[in-house]
Amino acid sequence: MSHEAALHTHESHGHDDHGHHEHHDTFLSKYVFSMDHKMIAKQFLITGMVWAVLGGLMSVLFRLQLGYPDANFPWLETILGKWAKGGQITPEAYYALVTTHGTVLVFFVLTAGLSGTFANFLIPLQIGARDMASPFMNMLSYWFFFAASIVMLSSMFVETGPFSGGWTAYPPLSALGDASPGSKSGMDLWIIAMALFVVSSLLGGLNYIATILNMRTKGMSMTRLPLTIWALFFTAVLGVLSFPVLFSGFILLIFDRNFGTSFYLSDIFVNGVGALSNEGGSAILYQHLFWFLGHPEVYIILLPAMGMVSEIMSVNSRKPIFGYMAMLGSLFAIAVLAFLVWAHHMFVTGLNPFLGSVFVLLTLLIAVPSAIKVFNWLTTLWRGNIRFTPGMLFAIGFVSLFISGGLTGIWLGNAALDIHLHDTYFVIAHFHIVMGVASMFGMFAGVYHWFPKMYGRYLNNSLGYIHFWVTMAGAYMIFWPMHYEGLAGMPRRYYDYSIWESFKQFADLNRFISTVAMIVFATQILFLINFFYSIFKGRKVTDPNPWKANTLEWTTPINPGHGNWPGEIPEVHRWPYDYGKDGVDFIPQDVPVGDHESSH
Amino acid sequence: MSTDIQMEKKKIHPYQFFLWGGLGSIVMMFAGLTSAYIVKKSQANWLEFELPNVFMVSTVVILLSSFTIQMAVKKQKEQNENQYRGFLAVTAILGLVFIILQIQGFRTLEGNSIALIGARSNSAASFLFVITGLHLLHVLGGVIALIWTSFRSFSSKNNINNDLPVKLVSNYWHFVDILWVYLFVFLHWVG
Repeated sequence: MSHEAALHTHESHGHDDHGHHEHHDTFLSKYVFSMDHKMIAKQFLITGMVWAVLGGLMSVLFRLQLGYPDANFPWLETILGKWAKGGQITPEAYYALVTTHGTVLVFFVLTAGLSGTFANFLIPLQIGARDMASPFMNMLSYWFFFAASIVMLSSMFVETGPFSGGWTAYPPLSALGDASPGSKSGMDLWIIAMALFVVSSLLGGLNYIATILNMRTKGMSMTRLPLTIWALFFTAVLGVLSFPVLFSGFILLIFDRNFGTSFYLSDIFVNGVGALSNEGGSAILYQHLFWFLGHPEVYIILLPAMGMVSEIMSVNSRKPIFGYMAMLGSLFAIAVLAFLVWAHHMFVTGLNPFLGSVFVLLTLLIAVPSAIKVFNWLTTLWRGNIRFTPGMLFAIGFVSLFISGGLTGIWLGNAALDIHLHDTYFVIAHFHIVMGVASMFGMFAGVYHWFPKMYGRYLNNSLGYIHFWVTMAGAYMIFWPMHYEGLAGMPRRYYDYSIWESFKQFADLNRFISTVAMIVFATQILFLINFFYSIFKGRKVTDPNPWKANTLEWTTPINPGHGNWPGEIPEVHRWPYDYGKDGVDFIPQDVPVGDHESSH
Repeated sequence: MSTDIQMEKKKIHPYQFFLWGGLGSIVMMFAGLTSAYIVKKSQANWLEFELPNVFMVSTVVILLSSFTIQMAVKKQKEQNENQYRGFLAVTAILGLVFIILQIQGFRTLEGNSIALIGARSNSAASFLFVITGLHLLHVLGGVIALIWTSFRSFSSKNNINNDLPVKLVSNYWHFVDILWVYLFVFLHWVG
């Protein structure tokens, strides 16, 4: 079917799909309060990108302080006003930046931006459904996220500044208004934003689960699902089961903050005020509740990237994914273990050493499914007919980062070593590489790979290659040296490391890291330009299946309308990884199995 | 898109999945709270006190309401519209009675000078207030759903053959009932 023909068919059927003929899309119903999963995906993506830019900019600002602790930049005062008096970021602003950077990147970019975008976009398209199980709840999910974004953004502009007690929001800094300037209205707004965010995640997650279990097209058995869908499924299950626990922790926090209860707060002394009227609260209790979400959250961020990387690698190696069932089993194992390892974030809180050793064992067990996945990705590449598209490069980059960051996880998972390494730059290096940057790479891989399906145009390849290589090299140049700083004991979250004689030796290294961070940030701007330019002016897609892939999204018209398929939803006859089978380059899932062909 | 969903619906309606998933997340929230309760109890400064007797009455009331909602489901199957609506209304009223009894329980505790919140409140009482208060809000949500369902059954475009709403609301209602029994037993024996 030619491009024009495809478009024509889509338009002639577009309204029928809604079931009522008089319906006309207005600007509001098409772009703002849309119930089309593809548009909601784009809303999540673009909101996530706005947050990524803001969060990235925050990291550039606090890296400026870390790289140049003695320097003054008058232009900073022009931009930030009282937060950078005399051209240097104040300690309060520094902590606010670090906190907001963490909150925003973990929740708004790598949870909502990643799952929200690709679960919405890919689930109906890849399982063969016209939309989500409840398009309305799907729309609500985005608007709760949007409301959370507005509240979080507004916390930047209150008199006392945004919350500044770290993204984990441990009490007493989060529970006690007098603890720091950011603990006042900044924290109120933080917790409202996060509560809205949890609602958004639950609405989205329930929808993803119901859609995958209930709306698959004929022939799409669970073991014929692309690994992206499996990964998004486990991600949704993790979210639905762990966010409510965080929510319960927040409820207790709200009571401590506003109603004088003593869940987390004790009769501690506040400077110049005297003892609080609270009795016997336990700050550690919050940590248990927080990390019961906090650790699954790591996999909520990581699993979608793993799923997309599996899919993109198989397509661009022109080979079936190696060990489909092993990939699925390891996703399941990771999802189960995710709930059993939270206390490894708490080895130094006075945890019973015996309990600690149980958590060490469970934590190290995660290495097994992780290693299976890495092995399978490498064997998928092995002797493949590899196409190095920007999406594929980012997928390979993901595996590289996952290995590098995963290895240091084995160090940190060991309670004895963790006593030395906790709260140092070693931890910063570990989780940024294995979770932050790796998932970011997964997200980039997904955007480069599915951009033609999203917008009917290609991203510019040359800009994509520059984007990849600078980011890849930059990621290692930023985070690799931090391992050495951390081993030497340099603590995280400190405003000015240079007051210690022992860490002054790292002045050059810190300047180097900060410089690279700025270059990498500038490169992301290049990606943004590529993204928005290509939406309107990029090279048009002329082939409905530009990557010669097997999954169902490529059987839709180039610009699919609401309802995805103009005619019948295709029936599925095989698994999605028939690449190079019997000498045929690729066999899409909707092609019936031949007489003499073995099938999956 | 609703027409498409109807056309493509399989054996189990997607909304049923939503409900089960949602119940799973509610279970996790209360599991989090009751685990926190156990952790906190094992530490110093824990106030021991008796649960108010009125909680026994409210337990009987909510158990009774599970029976009446099941009767509504039965009458819906028998297409007996009047009795169906009647049992829905009785269930909603029992739900409201449960809520009032719970609030009465909080008052009794306050009357026995056990502060639920505020300065010098003990977290044992605060936990009871937060946990049962959250459960109360879930019952309130169920009452609203019941009222909505019974009004819906009056409107002409929804014929009584559509058993999905009553199925969903009865599942949810049994759930908040069982949840309360768990919480009551938990607070009674663990607390």
